[in-house]
Amino acid sequence: MLKQTEGSRAVAEAVALCRPQVICAYPITPQTHIVEGLGEMVKAGELVNCEFINVESEFAAMSVAIGASAAGARTYTATSSQGLLFMAEAVYNAAGLGLPIVMTIGNRAIGAPINIWNDHSDSMSMRDAGWIQLYAETNQEALDLHIQAFRLAEELSCPVMVCMDGFILTHAYERVDVPTQDQVDAFLPPYEPRQVLDPADPVSIGALVGPEAFTEVRYLAHHKQLRALGLIPQLAAAFNKEFGRNSGGLIRCYRTEDAETIVVALGSLNGTVQEVVDEMRARGVLIGSVSICSFRPFPLAASREALKHAKRVIVLEKCLAVGLGGIVSDGVRKSLSGIVLNGYTVIAGLGGRAITRASLTRLFEDAGRDELEEVTFLDLNADLVSHELERESKSRRTGPTAEAILRQIGTVASGIG
Amino acid sequence: MFQIRIHGRGGQGVVSGAEMLSVAAFLEGRHAQAFPSFGSERMGAPVMAFCRIDDKEIRLREPVLEPDALIIQDQTLLHQVDLFNGLPARGYILLNSTKSLDELGLGGFVRGVQQYQVCTLPATELALKHVGRPVPNAALLGGFAAVTGVITLASVLAAIRQKFPPSVAEKNVAAATEAFELAVKTKDTVDA
Repeated sequence: MLKQTEGSRAVAEAVALCRPQVICAYPITPQTHIVEGLGEMVKAGELVNCEFINVESEFAAMSVAIGASAAGARTYTATSSQGLLFMAEAVYNAAGLGLPIVMTIGNRAIGAPINIWNDHSDSMSMRDAGWIQLYAETNQEALDLHIQAFRLAEELSCPVMVCMDGFILTHAYERVDVPTQDQVDAFLPPYEPRQVLDPADPVSIGALVGPEAFTEVRYLAHHKQLRALGLIPQLAAAFNKEFGRNSGGLIRCYRTEDAETIVVALGSLNGTVQEVVDEMRARGVLIGSVSICSFRPFPLAASREALKHAKRVIVLEKCLAVGLGGIVSDGVRKSLSGIVLNGYTVIAGLGGRAITRASLTRLFEDAGRDELEEVTFLDLNADLVSHELERESKSRRTGPTAEAILRQIGTVASGIG
Repeated sequence: MFQIRIHGRGGQGVVSGAEMLSVAAFLEGRHAQAFPSFGSERMGAPVMAFCRIDDKEIRLREPVLEPDALIIQDQTLLHQVDLFNGLPARGYILLNSTKSLDELGLGGFVRGVQQYQVCTLPATELALKHVGRPVPNAALLGGFAAVTGVITLASVLAAIRQKFPPSVAEKNVAAATEAFELAVKTKDTVDA
């Protein structure tokens, strides 16, 4: 059924259609509306056979999710930013134990400085925790990916994070097609756990594993993700057959066939990139874009196939690997091993800074002339940075940096970007 | 594509206003996107929300930088925020105020080279009269339908009824309807 609704509400409805049995959550902006919506559905009796557990922290949320999943329940939670960091130890444990928990990340920056707005620093910090990570381009895709995520997680016994841009998607009202319960039931069979804590048939989960077997257990986790590389496109195809929509998969190419310049990005940014690609194509520029949906496992072969004929690749990243540059770029460059082309990393949209068509157009034109640095910060206010560096060079006790920068620009509460 | 930027203060229903506008457009079978630009999330702080309406899927995610219409829910923002940034010539301005343009010192600006199409509405007063709270968003959406013709009043009223529980909805419907009628009269005067 077509609806005009908030992204968070669309995801809550999708999760409810997946018949979760345990939902545990602790509120944090910008994912809060999702679990609030689910809490209301449980309370109103619209979501039955589901226990909604209010926990005291994100660490508890993931710990309860681990217990519930180990007891054989289909389990869901959601978090953002500092909340994900606070549950970090349990995030690794969920993957290490092979528990198919599905968690939404409402992507948000990580402090300090404290910032509630969108970038990918939170989910990127957990990229190697052993979870599958899928990034949604639109609210429709966020909705669809949750339905695919439960099936993917349960087939592999591996937890899945569905990452959606905070505010840009979580708080956006747009048109979504919410499937029927029958459709979802046909796609997603009841959860059949590979391992379950059952008093009638006792097992222990979480053994101490020493050097004699730790590598093998870790290898099997890697092997599971490599299997996901095959399963993710299969599930996307099966989803398309059942629901009539293209959602998910490893990557999606946009006008890349004869492109000399290809832009790579994750998540909602791809829509704006595609608009710019169309504008530049209309002017005869051979440009295209690739949206990476599955970041873990990283689709090395698909990325190589999509990018190998380009003259240059621009990776737009909403997360900074401080002291290195880009994180997505690492995977993209690895996928292009042995192929000579110009690769550019562009850090953009940090802490909610708007990524505009005007800035992207300038950026892509600079790249087209190969006039970009290897690592560029989109719309960096160089004057502001120089002023602060100069100030710091003149005296020792210059005080906190963030406060000094804010004083220098004079905070404008409602400034765009 | 038609783009709207709504300016107001935290607590005035700026975000809900954009959401209802998108629902109204959706009910007419169009594609619409509404999203907020949160500042410091507190009552009274300047807040913006955006809405795009189109006949095809909307992929663009940047803030509305060149609005076809501005809805200004609080006239005191005139001195605090760069409200008219990006508004093209002949752009629509819907302003919540009981004062005339000249009283606000805007007469010359509006009638100048840009020839903005302006409508001032006493939306807070209409909200107090019908809803009992100073929440001008629904009234301004009624005014928006009258001034721009981008969506119909019927769609606005249907969107209000989706957003609020029945008792609150009907009060907002009354405010939006009266604002629509007032704006139609103002428009006739201007056109004449």
